[in-house]
Amino acid sequence: MYNSGNDILKACDILNKPIWEIVLLDEIENQHTSESDIFNRMEETLRIMENSISYPIDNKVETLGGIIGGEGKAMMAYADSDRTLSGRWTTKAMARAFACSEYNASMGKICAAPTAGSCGIIPAAIITIAEKNGLSRQAMMRGLITSAGVGKIISTNATVSGAEGGCQAECGSAAAMAAAALVEMNGGSPLQSLDAAAIALKNIMGLICDPVAGLVESPCSKRNASGVANAMISADIAMSGIVSVIPFDEVVEAMYNVGKGMHENFKETAKGGISITDTGLAYSRKIK
Amino acid sequence: MAKYNSIFDILGPIMVGPSSSHTAGAARLGKIARYIADGDIKSAKITLYGSFAETAKGHGTEMALVAGILGMEPYDDKLRYSLEIAKEAGIDVLFEKGEIPGVHPNTARFALERHDGTHITVTGSSIGGGAVIVNAIDTFNVELTGDYFTIVTKHVDKKGIISKVTTLLADNNINIGNMKVRRDISKNEASMIIETDEIVSVEVLGKIKRLEEMIFVIEIKPVRENKNVQ
Repeated sequence: MYNSGNDILKACDILNKPIWEIVLLDEIENQHTSESDIFNRMEETLRIMENSISYPIDNKVETLGGIIGGEGKAMMAYADSDRTLSGRWTTKAMARAFACSEYNASMGKICAAPTAGSCGIIPAAIITIAEKNGLSRQAMMRGLITSAGVGKIISTNATVSGAEGGCQAECGSAAAMAAAALVEMNGGSPLQSLDAAAIALKNIMGLICDPVAGLVESPCSKRNASGVANAMISADIAMSGIVSVIPFDEVVEAMYNVGKGMHENFKETAKGGISITDTGLAYSRKIK
Repeated sequence: MAKYNSIFDILGPIMVGPSSSHTAGAARLGKIARYIADGDIKSAKITLYGSFAETAKGHGTEMALVAGILGMEPYDDKLRYSLEIAKEAGIDVLFEKGEIPGVHPNTARFALERHDGTHITVTGSSIGGGAVIVNAIDTFNVELTGDYFTIVTKHVDKKGIISKVTTLLADNNINIGNMKVRRDISKNEASMIIETDEIVSVEVLGKIKRLEEMIFVIEIKPVRENKNVQ
């Protein structure tokens, strides 16, 4: 049983195992399930994720609010050009995160990871890096298990809900979960994984949740795109040997405290931030 | 701080978007209302309150509520077609907006009519992350989360009924996790809400239903799916 990043690091050290195996062993023990059941279910989860990040790139979808649409396709076309500034794989991952947000907003079937509003970040990160580095499905599922373990720690000690902690709690947690998985999938140590998660959370600490017209469209889809980029750069920072000055557990606690201190106007109520700009309010009137 | 037990609570639920509270939770609420009406629904008038009323359109809340009434899961691909499916099935659905001071922001009230003309009203709220709570059945205040198998009874307020029911459950190895008893003295009626650890079989339910003093018995299966995918 683990309740903190420190618990996980200790278990990894004592048992000489990566994070995903510690999380897997805990799941088997506490949910009275088996390794094969967990991987079967993860395979189904991965299949749903693969569909949700790709469908809107090949097909036209219509979102309920009509605020967003077509970003995934446009970004993927751009990623395939040689004009990108942040590199082909980063832009490709962003395209997939955009697509997943569109799919969610058009009533497509998604996996909340950890929430519906942030559902594009983890699949876009894991699937794109696996494609880039030629990793197996098994490696992707292990990455998902690692990300879920990190998410469990965040939700045990803080929150992953935008209504409770702002966007830092949703897209921040998703980016942290993805960053930890990317490090492990690419041979980093457990400490480097949690450092990457800590760095991702710190990068957007304090980010508010200010949905235009109260819908999961704008700015959510762009925060999914920037969230996957955040996961990738945080993983790179950790993999380069740079450490997180503040340990993961303390960063999680800090994020929670920032969330608690955030005014309710900035926590999914659509009463602050860009929700109440002239344009934001105009969208709100139009949709109602 | 939410307590998640399984990694599939973190990577999950698998659901039709866009919102766990306004879409997935709404579908679960509809599903509980369906169980409470015994799956027999001729028409439904659904009143939306708070944020449900304000942002229903952009969250597909109406489609989700109706999908639930039709018995669909929050991850059903057909959820978005629920209004058409209800229409084809001959179920009349009407929506309205309401206001109750201090009500939970994501609340819906289902006024359901069965095919025999009887009515039942279910009021509930979507309280975040897809979790729901039913606050009232008719005018009867309850607190149903749909996490457990639940039996709701209405019976004549006489001595010994509670013991008859609990004995029937105990004799069949069913453990009671939570139980509430209320009564309406003016009507000489009482009611029990019993959450059990085990699923109560059709046979045992039949015995409870056949108790002389029973007016009605409703069974509510757990709506929190053990598996998030079909």
